[in-house]
Amino acid sequence: MKNYLFELKEGLLISLRAIRANKVRAILTTLGIVIGITSVVLMSTAIKGIDNAFQTGVSSLGSDNLYIDKWEWFNNDIPFWELRNRKNLVVADYEKYKELAKLPLAVAPTVWSNQTVKYKERTVESILIQGTNHEYINTTNLTFSEGRFFNELESNGGRQVCVIGSEIAKNLFPRGNALNQEIRIRGQKFKIVGVLAEQGSWVMGNFNPDRQIFMPITNIFKYFQSESFRSVTINVKARNPQMVEATKEEAIGIMRRIRGLKYNEPNDFSINQQEGLLNTINSTVGVIQIAGLFITGLSLFVGAVGIMNIMFVSVKERTKEIGIRKAIGAKRRSILGQFLTESAIICLFGGLIGLVLAIILSLIVNQFLPTSVQIETVILAILISLFTGVISGFAPAYTAAKLDPVEALRYE
Amino acid sequence: MNIINIEHIAKIYQVGSEEVHALADVSLKIDKGEYVAIMGPSGSGKSTLMNVLGCLDTPTRGIYNFKGVNVSQMNDNELAAIRNKEIGFVFQTFNLLPRSDALHNVELPLIYAGVSSYERKERAKIALEQVGLADRMHHKPNELSGGQRQRVAIARALVTNPSIILADEPTGNLDTKTGEDIMALFHEISEQGNTIILVTHEEYIAEHAARIIRLRDGLIEKDELVTKRYIPKKNGASKI
Repeated sequence: MKNYLFELKEGLLISLRAIRANKVRAILTTLGIVIGITSVVLMSTAIKGIDNAFQTGVSSLGSDNLYIDKWEWFNNDIPFWELRNRKNLVVADYEKYKELAKLPLAVAPTVWSNQTVKYKERTVESILIQGTNHEYINTTNLTFSEGRFFNELESNGGRQVCVIGSEIAKNLFPRGNALNQEIRIRGQKFKIVGVLAEQGSWVMGNFNPDRQIFMPITNIFKYFQSESFRSVTINVKARNPQMVEATKEEAIGIMRRIRGLKYNEPNDFSINQQEGLLNTINSTVGVIQIAGLFITGLSLFVGAVGIMNIMFVSVKERTKEIGIRKAIGAKRRSILGQFLTESAIICLFGGLIGLVLAIILSLIVNQFLPTSVQIETVILAILISLFTGVISGFAPAYTAAKLDPVEALRYE
Repeated sequence: MNIINIEHIAKIYQVGSEEVHALADVSLKIDKGEYVAIMGPSGSGKSTLMNVLGCLDTPTRGIYNFKGVNVSQMNDNELAAIRNKEIGFVFQTFNLLPRSDALHNVELPLIYAGVSSYERKERAKIALEQVGLADRMHHKPNELSGGQRQRVAIARALVTNPSIILADEPTGNLDTKTGEDIMALFHEISEQGNTIILVTHEEYIAEHAARIIRLRDGLIEKDELVTKRYIPKKNGASKI
């Protein structure tokens, strides 16, 4: 053991001498590894950021929420035409469900419409208008930067009031005086009673609450589309995550009754859950992860091939030196160790530079994708660069170790 | 006591379809403390013999006993250990590591012998003092003259206290005067009781030795004691 440590130490010193003697070449060689490690670390950090964003986005749906809908959201098991032929859910279904259901904490109907929204000369297009009632706020975790959600009176009376998402507020009211202003949708005026705080679930696209407007459901039917145009979704919030399953079972029973299904008929509605979305997202992130790491891994591979190439040149160039060392008693493993350590040091050095670069660059990425380099990534990067060094140095080092001392000494 | 005892050694190279007998059938014994020159024209097999004697190469046939141990069948690593412990090489072209200073060059065999850093430096310094280069320890080979480089190489050969010193044309790259100095140094090392084997093709260099083995076509042509030995003048540079 002591012997091996001794050889390791001497091997390190010998390699450091050799690297110092060839600074420029060592630095140029390192470049490949620097780029490789930088891109791998940066990519895995970015992926981490994307994953985080997805998780935040999903959590805005709430883990204890159920969505009773005509459509199956995340599962493609049921053919499209079968879903399409289902009867629409209507507000009356919601009312019956609300009356019968004992378990939910809150229940609200929603129906959506896509509209252009104007304030004076400013316009935002393709905005998801959610028609719902005052109960809706209790089924979500939404927070307000100013104002409030519309109340029961406004909801039941079909008042022309609305709550807008933070991004819409930013676009229509750059100077931030949105509260109590009136926006126009299809010529109708709606008074803003509340502005949502930023929810940060940008991955949800149009379903991001930051890009939505909420208003009493009757307004949707009155001004934008008929009640039969689009099926209503019933948002259900369970009392706690443990009660989600029970709430779901109850909902299935009640809905079958409401829809008048016979015992042998399948459900003509779906109960959607965040879990389904989570599965979809996890597999998406998985694909991004594999593709991203594969592509960046390629650049690391190119770097490794560069190291191998240089090490071969280095062995060739130092054939005489190897001959001398062997003549005066260097064993095969001493020579092997010398060249392996050399390439490992070069790669480790490159890996460390790459890591520093990646950390700096991740600060820039952080500006638009909240993320940070994880300690596991740092350790992994160091291990990978060491491993790369050993792997790409092995063939050249082995060639060196196997050289015949007589031949090597004769080499000029 | 024989340090070297080789019996019917042959070395055959395969060049294309032809067999080249670099050594046909060579037997010889060398005792401790001897100063032997191996002579012969080029192609006589003296380099091959030196490689075999120096454990750089193994013979195709025959037995090589080094200090009573048969080394003719040893593998690479075992031979490396023998070279490290028992043999000091001095080459025509010095063969120093160009980027290392004299001290580190002399230390080198001790690294592979597993000697600690401190002891290594001490022993290397003593060896350099022996060859009169105490004041050039931190000079790199390209900052030294040819004679000085060869002295560093001799110090490197001496530092492990080897059983034999193998010198392959040690004066071949030096002018006559410097060559004479180096031969004086060898003489002193020999006087000290070291075994020296000198490979050369020059008669007057060979005559520094006490015994000359002449090779021709892979065979020993003559093995004789030198009657009129050339004893170099005491060299001021060496302080043995």
